[in-house]
This record gives sequence, structure tokens and C-alpha cells, in this order.
Amino acid sequence: MSDASLPLAPAPAMAAGGRRHLPFWLGAVGVAVLVFVALRAIGNDYGYFAGYFILQYVVLATAWNILGGYAGYVNFGAAGFMAAGAYTAIALRKATGLDLLPGIAAAAVVGALLGLGTGYLTLRLRGVYFSIATLCLAVVLQTLVVNWDYVGGSRGAYIVRPREVAPFTSYGEYLFLVMLLLAVLAVGIARTVEVTRLGRGLQAIRDNERAAEAVGVPTLRLKLVATALCGALMAVAGAPLPYYSGYLNPEGAFSLAYAVNAIAMPLIGGAGTWAGPVIGAVLLGSLQQAATVTISSALNLFIVGWMLVIFVAVAPRGILGWFRRRR
Amino acid sequence: MDGDLALLLNGIVSGLLLGGLYAAAAAGLAVSFGMLDIVNIAHPALMVAGGFLVVLVGTALGIDPLLAAVLLAVPFYVLGVAIYTFYHHFFERRGDEALQGLAFFFGVMFIIEVGLVMAFGPEQRFLDPPYAFVTWRIGEIDIPLRMLAPALLAMAAIGALWVFLRRSFTGLAISAVAQDAEALRLMAVDPVRIKRLAFGLSVALAAIAGGALVVVQPVEPSSGQVFIGRVFAVCIMGGMGSLPGCILAAFLFGVVENVTASFYGPSWSPAVAFGWLLLVLAVRPQGLFGKLA
Repeated sequence: MSDASLPLAPAPAMAAGGRRHLPFWLGAVGVAVLVFVALRAIGNDYGYFAGYFILQYVVLATAWNILGGYAGYVNFGAAGFMAAGAYTAIALRKATGLDLLPGIAAAAVVGALLGLGTGYLTLRLRGVYFSIATLCLAVVLQTLVVNWDYVGGSRGAYIVRPREVAPFTSYGEYLFLVMLLLAVLAVGIARTVEVTRLGRGLQAIRDNERAAEAVGVPTLRLKLVATALCGALMAVAGAPLPYYSGYLNPEGAFSLAYAVNAIAMPLIGGAGTWAGPVIGAVLLGSLQQAATVTISSALNLFIVGWMLVIFVAVAPRGILGWFRRRR
Repeated sequence: MDGDLALLLNGIVSGLLLGGLYAAAAAGLAVSFGMLDIVNIAHPALMVAGGFLVVLVGTALGIDPLLAAVLLAVPFYVLGVAIYTFYHHFFERRGDEALQGLAFFFGVMFIIEVGLVMAFGPEQRFLDPPYAFVTWRIGEIDIPLRMLAPALLAMAAIGALWVFLRRSFTGLAISAVAQDAEALRLMAVDPVRIKRLAFGLSVALAAIAGGALVVVQPVEPSSGQVFIGRVFAVCIMGGMGSLPGCILAAFLFGVVENVTASFYGPSWSPAVAFGWLLLVLAVRPQGLFGKLA
């Protein structure tokens, strides 16, 4: 069709929004540089470790938000997509010896295809069917990985990471910087989606899919683009995971923590805006990082579960929703 | 008899028995998801919670797990009523079911699973009644009572529910609320009250399914995860709100899964569930026996 490339092109009406791109990118890069300089000044490897933990959730929550927040389609399979990315990185390294950065690129491709496949089969139906399918996707991918001996099966896989990469003081610093760039990129992509025609179309789908279809929004195509983007970013968030922990088993890769956080963070921050997932991820991520030091990880997740339930009930528009209402 | 044929026959028979368990698990969902349009993804988690409580109550009182499950159905009914009241107040009334309501049930599922890990630890729990070790043999075919007794209880519970839905005024009202809540209101029946009752029944069925699950296999907190694919596949395949369809789909599903497991190894059975689900959604979303919605 002739309008195949239209959804990604900025609409004329959004020219004002388009002009605000440069300040956003400058601001985002500025914040990233500040964070990096501050952590470098502290010079503690734990700072990078904790920072990476929070940033991977920024990517994950932002990815969820592209489909869940803008289009209103709930993806429960975050852990599955993330693990797909992590195991792509492991398999690639084992097969070809390529390390982190090619692994991230490969993960993006695998995640996008996975999202596209699931979406293609289920997105023509009501949204809940897509959600149910993603819920099962994680279980099935886990079955596949457990039965796949090449990447370690249920025993897990070790990745011997280099001690350091040339200009950086430690590998932890390098990983942190990579994740920081990925986070800036993910948030930038989400914001671009939000202010372009793609985002408008997705929001129309969320508000009333039939009406959107009737006025000519190519709903299925937009949903598929969003699902692929969402899957790719989730897999990207998972690709550095084996390098981060040095060892990865299916149980760790498919951890419930990813599935629940990917949903809780955008909903608590405020779904449907690019800033919401960032707020949620920084808030919940640092809370959990602080809490793992003091309390057990099960109790930790228990608290996140309760926060999710309470927030969606009492503040369905999240933290950002409070400020919107007051204005 | 030929070895492969005997394996196949045994696979089919135990698949049918397994189907009884799946029917119990999916019947509750056929009520909540199929009839009330409430996407209760926490249903399998509630079933596993029921299984744990059956172990607890059965051990404490020294009674049969299936009897304990029937007793537990009463508090689970109350729990279901409470969950629906909350769900209706915060989500259904506002029209927030699609995103926030779904996230709510996901949160409930998650809280149950993590709560079980915290209360009981991650290891498996079991409670074997004496008949669990008895196996009837008919020719080459084994019929373990461990599988037969839960399947019979499941059939009895679903049968009772079916009679209730068909014969009583309240039961008919439940079927009606699925079709047209507004018309029900015109007949001076409060649809919210009916939905509350029906959702309570669906959660009570989760307790019975939990008891059946404990007799068939040991339970662990994460058991619910593999059941999500199964119960939704069965429920959708059976045509959503139809109990007979649900039972037939469960039998079919149990047989396919069990035959796959006996020929290719049990570690692949969750993949079967998902494959089925995707196939059903892609090819026949109205279910094997349903009409186009």
C-alpha cells in the first residue's frame, strides 16, 4: 500500500512537537552524562551494579509502555522476551564468539520477530487473547530453554566476562554505560513514537479500536509495529544480563520479578507517557535495590505485587495522573 | 498386544483421566471468563492456593484431600465474592477492565504465588490418600485411582453446577447476565449481585480443582504457571461459556498432552499447551463447539 511508511513519519500537525526533539535529546544525554560522571566520582563498583539494575528496568518498563501504555494491549511476557534476549546473547557468543554489542543487536532482531509472531497470531482478536498468549509464551520459552542443552539447559550457562574493556576502569562500568545508552535510546524511541503518527494511531486504538478502524487507522499494522518494537526493546534489556551476572539459568532469566516489574513500573509511574515508566522504574527499582540488601527477595516481590494492585485500584493513572488532575 | 499400541491406549486412558482434572480447573474459568467476561488470570493461582490449603487442612484434620477440597469450597466462595466486590468497585464500574483490571488480576496472581513461597517455602507439598497407590487393571490398560477419583469429583462438581445453571432461577440469571445485563435489570434482578454470586462459584470451583490437583500430583507455588496455558486453551476451545464444551475440550486436551508426553517426554507438555492455545486463537477463536461471537 502507498501509505506503508506513513505511520512513522511525523504528522504536519505535530511540527511543533517535532521541533522539541532537539531539547529532549540534549536533556536526555545531559542527564545520562551527569549520572555517569557522578557515579565515576564515587568510583564504587556497587554504584554501577545498582545503576545497571535500575536502568535495565527503565528499558523494560519503557518497552512495555509502547504497547501497553499507548495502545492498551497488555504484554505479560516481559520475562520471556527478556530471557529470549539473554539467551540469544549466550547462543551467539557460544556459536561465533561475538560478545556484548553484537549480542544486543541480535537480541533486538529475535525479540522483534517473537513479538511479531505472537502479535500476528493473536492481535486480530480482542486484546485479552494477546495478553493470555504472552502469559503462556514465557512458560513455553522456558520449556524450550530448559530442553536446549546447547545453552546449558536447566543447569544454566556461564559467561566468562573480560576483566576490563580498554578505556574503562572496570567491566561493570562498561556494562553500566552500555545500559545507560540503551535506556536513553529506549526512552527516546518511546517519546518519538508518542509524538508521531504511530503514537496517535496507537492512542486511538486504545480509546476506541472500532472507531479508529472506521476512520482509516491501519490498526493491525500499527499494533504489529508496536509489538515488534516492544519485543525488541525487551530483548535488548535482557541481552547484557548474562554478562552482568556471569551466570544465567532459566530460573533466573525467566524470573517473575521481570514480569511483574515490567507492568508495575509503567502503571505506577503513569502509563501512556514516556516519562511515566522512567519515574516508575527509578522509584521501584531503587526501592527494590535498597530492599534486597535489607530484606528477602520474596518479601520484596510481595511488596511490588501489593503496590501494583493498590496503585491500579486507587490511582489508575499512576503518579503522573496525580499531577495532571491538580493542574 | 503390541507395545506401542498399549502405550497409546494407556496414554489415551490416562489422558482422559487427566482431562477430568483440566475440566475442573477450566470450568471455573468458563464461568468467570466465559460467562461474566472477567479475565481472571489468577484462577490457576487460586487453584494452587486451594491445593496448598487442602494439604494443610487434610493433614490437620486427618481427612481425605477431596473431602477437604469440598469443605474449602465454602471459604473460597466467600473469597471469590470479596474479589469480585473489589474488582467491580474499582475497575468494572469505571470501565477500566481492559488495562487496569487485567493488571489487577495479574497482581493477585503474583501475590498468591509469592505469598505461597513465603508461607510454605518453594518445595513441593503432597498429601496422598490411601487409594492413591491402588491401580485397577483392565487387560493392558491401567486405571490408577489417583487419577480416577479426582476426575469423578470434578465431573460431579461440574454436573452439579450445570444442573444449577439450567434448573434454578439464579442459575438462569447467571446465564442471562452473560448475554444481556441490561435486560436482566429490567426484570428486577441486580446483575452485580448475580455476577458476584457467579464469581464466587467460579472461585469455589478453583478450590475443588486444587484438591483434585493435590491427589494427582504434588503441588508447588509455581504450579499455576503451567496451568494458565492449559486452562485458557481448554476454556477457549470449549467455546468460552459452555460447560459441556469445556469438558469435551478438556478430555481432548488431556489426551493430546498425555500422548505427546508418553512419546516425546513429559518436559515438553507445557509447549503442547501453548501450541494448542496459539492454534486455537489463530484458527478457531470461537472454540471447537462455539458459534462466532
